[in-house]
Amino acid sequence: METISHKLGAIWRETLKTLKLIARNKIGLLGFVMLIGLILMSYLGPLVIAPEVRADVSQIYKPPSWEHPLGTDFQGRENWVMLVHGGAEVITVAFLAGLLTTMIAVVVGAFSAFLGGKADEVIMTFTDLWLALPRGILLIVTAYFVSLEDVWALALFLSFFGWPSLARQVRSQFLSLKKREYVEAAQLLNLGTPHIVFREMMPNMMSYILIALIESMTGAIYSQTYLVFLGLVPFGNNWGVLFSLAYAKNAIYNPNAMASLLVPMGGIVALQLSLIMFSRSLEEIFNPRLRTGV
Amino acid sequence: MSENSKTKPWSERILKNYAVQTIFKKIFIIWVVVTLSFLIVRGLPGNPVEIMVLNLMDSQGISEDEARTRAASLLRLDLDAPLYVQYFDFLGNLVQGDLGESYVLARGKPVTEIVFQRLPWTLFSVGTSLLISFTVGMFLGMLAAYRRGSMLDQVLTNLSAMIGAVPNTLWAIILVLLLGVVWKIMPLNLMRGSLSPGIKPGFTLEFFVDLFKHWAVPGTVYVLTTLGGWMLAMRSSTVSVLGDDYVTVARARGLPDFRIITAYVGRNASLPLVTALAISIGFLLGGSTVIEFIFVYQGVGLLMSQAITKRDYPVMQGILLVTTITVIISTAIADLLYGWLDPRIRTSGGENAE
Repeated sequence: METISHKLGAIWRETLKTLKLIARNKIGLLGFVMLIGLILMSYLGPLVIAPEVRADVSQIYKPPSWEHPLGTDFQGRENWVMLVHGGAEVITVAFLAGLLTTMIAVVVGAFSAFLGGKADEVIMTFTDLWLALPRGILLIVTAYFVSLEDVWALALFLSFFGWPSLARQVRSQFLSLKKREYVEAAQLLNLGTPHIVFREMMPNMMSYILIALIESMTGAIYSQTYLVFLGLVPFGNNWGVLFSLAYAKNAIYNPNAMASLLVPMGGIVALQLSLIMFSRSLEEIFNPRLRTGV
Repeated sequence: MSENSKTKPWSERILKNYAVQTIFKKIFIIWVVVTLSFLIVRGLPGNPVEIMVLNLMDSQGISEDEARTRAASLLRLDLDAPLYVQYFDFLGNLVQGDLGESYVLARGKPVTEIVFQRLPWTLFSVGTSLLISFTVGMFLGMLAAYRRGSMLDQVLTNLSAMIGAVPNTLWAIILVLLLGVVWKIMPLNLMRGSLSPGIKPGFTLEFFVDLFKHWAVPGTVYVLTTLGGWMLAMRSSTVSVLGDDYVTVARARGLPDFRIITAYVGRNASLPLVTALAISIGFLLGGSTVIEFIFVYQGVGLLMSQAITKRDYPVMQGILLVTTITVIISTAIADLLYGWLDPRIRTSGGENAE
């Protein structure tokens, strides 16, 4: 019993410490708060607020007012309700795709840099191969032929196309770390490859990897947005679909319809913004040289 | 070691050369991509050729046999031959620059002709924008890193993060909205397309003015979406280099600031960015599909979105192949640049690795 409370206390202290570290950077803190807010809204909101299932023909394209806080869309649905319900899919895909992309990239990059020689050459030729493909266009062509029916399929698909550039960057980071004295010292001491990679090099790359994770997430949101805009991802009413629909219905030229275009766009922008701002804090936490202000 | 390299036959020395190896690698990659693109059209579960046959039957009211012959002649493939024969036919045609014919977008026009007509526009708009954003981004990134913690750094990093966070699709819509609808300062309807009607390409002032007028807004979108990335990458890269011992040593040796900034900090900090430069070309070419669609810019991106909606497979395949080769050439240039910037990479590829 005592050990459990002890552990909980330790976890609580760690959390507080982390929060304090995050708060060191005001912009990062703002990003963190925004991110938590968006996550809460998108995952808890739908449990509280009923979705707009019916079209209301009498309420089409109402500008924002007291009655309709964020206006209504082309089917007379409340934009704010659509906003609450449209986030989960975007965030889930971004997180899964970001995680998968980073995992593949770090493993490939680390192996390649560390094995060196022939193995490095083979792995990098293979990575080059992926890079050489104009992935933007291949992404579009393949998305056209492959059916991306659920969140996992889309996340897997995006990470499949997203990893190579990151892998190469991770590799060049590893290569330059490999030349550092402390790594050479560890090698001379025969500490073994796993120890060198995970204990000596990884901590020095943590900031890089975490920021890469966030970059992969924003990248996933980016690609997702244009796949949806081109109509290649047959998904439900997420933010991407909502703004694409509004654009296709020429909401851009109709002042009353503007809200139905701008609200889901705002959701995507806020998400991207919070992620990138949050990465500012991470950068500071994981780079001790920055923290002490040297 | 020096004795060793003297006694090596010249043929082996050429094969071990970094540049020669890079070029061999690229040729191999082109071959793989060509094979992949063949498999996409002939081997994917959806079987595009069957859809194409159905499409032809539907749109031109011909029998299945006729449609199959038509599809075969459009793709320059004998659909009844074994797959490997088709593959070698495909390779043979490719070497001769024959990628088949479009069957919906421009009926009977060779795909190569269509793609090469559009490609210069995209390369121009994407290339010019990339050059601008890369140069400006590197400069701003170093500036922010040197003044890190200052007001300038705060403003630069946060602003560029905000700008870079917005996906290109959204930027395009926002710009159309602001410039064309809300402020009405630009006649966006007149600026659609890649040239005004009646203007012929040539070395005339009129042409260049019109060219940049049509490039301005889509070009701004490309620059806006990439600038922040370059700046942040250069900033964090410079910050980590600035803490390195060799920079401190260079300072202690009393080297002039300019030399430290360019030869010590700049050169090392830009390493990860140079690799990313070539990659971003491939990425931007993909993004151009949406941008060119919104601005009706007559490049390969617009062609791509048209080919997708019209299911013009030979055109899709043609765009894929031509852009691939373009991107591979640019990565080859980046690789050679990388070897020049970082001699460690160049030598570790040779016989005296580690």
